[in-house]
Amino acid sequence: MKVWVPRDAAAKALGAEDVVVALQAEAARRGIDLTVIRNGSRGMVWLEPLVEVEGADGRMAFGPMTPADVAQVFDGGPKALGLTEELPWLKSQTRLTFARVGVIDPLSLADYRAHGGLKGLERAVGLSGQAIVEMVKTSGLRGRGGAGFPTGIKWDTVRQAPGERKYIVANADEGDSGTFADRMLMEGDPFTLIEGMVIAGLAVGATQGFIYSRSEYPDANVVLAEAIRIARAEGVLGASVLGSGRRFELELRVGAGAYVCGEETALLNSLEGKRGVVRAKPPLPALEGFMGCPTVVNNVISLATVPVILERGPEFYAGFGLGRSRGTIPLQIAGNVKHGGLYEIAFGLTLREIVQEIGGGTASGRPVKAVQVGGPLGAYLAPHQFETPFGYEEYAGQNALIGHAGLVVFDDSADMLRLARFAMEFCAIESCGKCTPCRIGAVRGVETIDRIARGDAAAIPLLTDLCETMKAGSLCALGGFTPYPVMSALTHFPDDFTATQKEAAE
Amino acid sequence: MLDEAAISARVAEIVTAHQGMEGPLLPILHEVQAAFGHVPQAALPQIAEALRMTRAEVHGVMTFYHDFRAAPAGKHVLKLCRAEACQSMGADRVAAHAQASLGVDWHETTPDGRVTLEPVFCLGLCACAPAAMVDGRVVGRVDEARVDALIAEVR
Repeated sequence: MKVWVPRDAAAKALGAEDVVVALQAEAARRGIDLTVIRNGSRGMVWLEPLVEVEGADGRMAFGPMTPADVAQVFDGGPKALGLTEELPWLKSQTRLTFARVGVIDPLSLADYRAHGGLKGLERAVGLSGQAIVEMVKTSGLRGRGGAGFPTGIKWDTVRQAPGERKYIVANADEGDSGTFADRMLMEGDPFTLIEGMVIAGLAVGATQGFIYSRSEYPDANVVLAEAIRIARAEGVLGASVLGSGRRFELELRVGAGAYVCGEETALLNSLEGKRGVVRAKPPLPALEGFMGCPTVVNNVISLATVPVILERGPEFYAGFGLGRSRGTIPLQIAGNVKHGGLYEIAFGLTLREIVQEIGGGTASGRPVKAVQVGGPLGAYLAPHQFETPFGYEEYAGQNALIGHAGLVVFDDSADMLRLARFAMEFCAIESCGKCTPCRIGAVRGVETIDRIARGDAAAIPLLTDLCETMKAGSLCALGGFTPYPVMSALTHFPDDFTATQKEAAE
Repeated sequence: MLDEAAISARVAEIVTAHQGMEGPLLPILHEVQAAFGHVPQAALPQIAEALRMTRAEVHGVMTFYHDFRAAPAGKHVLKLCRAEACQSMGADRVAAHAQASLGVDWHETTPDGRVTLEPVFCLGLCACAPAAMVDGRVVGRVDEARVDALIAEVR
């Protein structure tokens, strides 16, 4: 009997290891020979740990599983959900980047190949760098880390930059609250990231890659390290990629708890062994990146989407989406939500559809008050903005950003002043210290919001002014975007910034 | 307790193992911390010399990153996520409860040396918030009862 129990950190955090032990004990008691495959997560976090059993018509899902429920995997019961692929949440998605996540054994290269893996790379080794870059340009892929810069154009800059040494860096420093797509992909299908990085290397003429991951992701780091070892042993990495005679090496590096290292220039400094301080741009990392050499710095999801673009063609990928936001986006639905998890779909869904229909509303059952989109530097959207379609320009039009496509849902108990204060506090804690608007501004921001909380309405224009200064004067998105959550909270929820006078008086 | 000669010998081994690596300082500091539970002050000049950096530079890097400790932590480290997704599910309340139960504030260790309490900003468990990590093991949906159970486990 063959069963799948995710090794994904979310499944583990909800008791997957205990479920595996209980399943093995139950199988032994029944005299059944049990094979347990540790897959990635299907992304339905509210059903984790989700156990799947091989059946005649496909994989049958059981969840959320507890050790006490494991007999149901053998006998059936209320935790039996039917065929996994037929679950509505999964069936309504368009899984391109995440097609294999949750399906395959993440550390089986044979499984990876059997599900379409390496087809993109096989195609790429027969193409010129320019041809690969053209395909990525045509696909319309834009940076999934948040900035939304066209990936193909960045690659072309690096390709054409003079220099003998060039680098590919995967930004896996996924520090934004509400985001976990990188983690899920690295834990559930690490070869896709590796394949994307090798293709990038072939495209721009780089022979060395780095994955810059986080110490907060120990489970992902174990999977990545092992996947790199396997890829090297099997000739996907090394002196002759797939026997092509072209070299590409890859190394995993782990950060040390600094949020700002998710910013690409701070990341490069950290990778070089320096303080994670932001660099002024220009020069662009594409021209002077790691060790001063031309460097592609891409988000994990951008790189992991390249194999499917090469495999199925750029037109296929560009066929999905809305306006200038082409392809699919892995939405990460999180926070106070009934059905949280990862949902990959073409751009264009409204926030209402995402939160109410897919997410099922709040976990608490109370009304939704706000949704923060795009991490701690993203705006809080209020219900009157919930018809905004999900796309880079559409969100920019709302003074918001999609960021890494994480959505954090808050119910009506949320105190928006407190959340605005947290945004400033977080900026103060994580500021690299290089530029004054961020380093000093965030500290003054906390103080100013505290004044407002004490009932000092005169501090409100001061906060607005401070946010303008931070936005215009900061060197990177940490100081520059912290005003988004602060100003959106202040603009859309003014009552939370005035009603506190009463509390102060109490 | 390790004496300085033992520290120096182990640090030398670690530095040697990273020879030829581009930008090896973070991997070295991680490994030194894994070996000793913190980055001993005595290790810094040695690393600086080996990497041809100034002591100030190495000190600057070591102190920039939240992960690196100048002194050992408690026997167990309990990290509670403070980020927005966890806040939306009551992380502030759970953190206050944990602080009261342990009698410590953030970054402090219980007087018996058993538990260090630390904030963390996002473990990527935002759809099963609030999240915690105990000595590298992740835990989701941490309410007051679960945090009590985690504390009981490590005390």
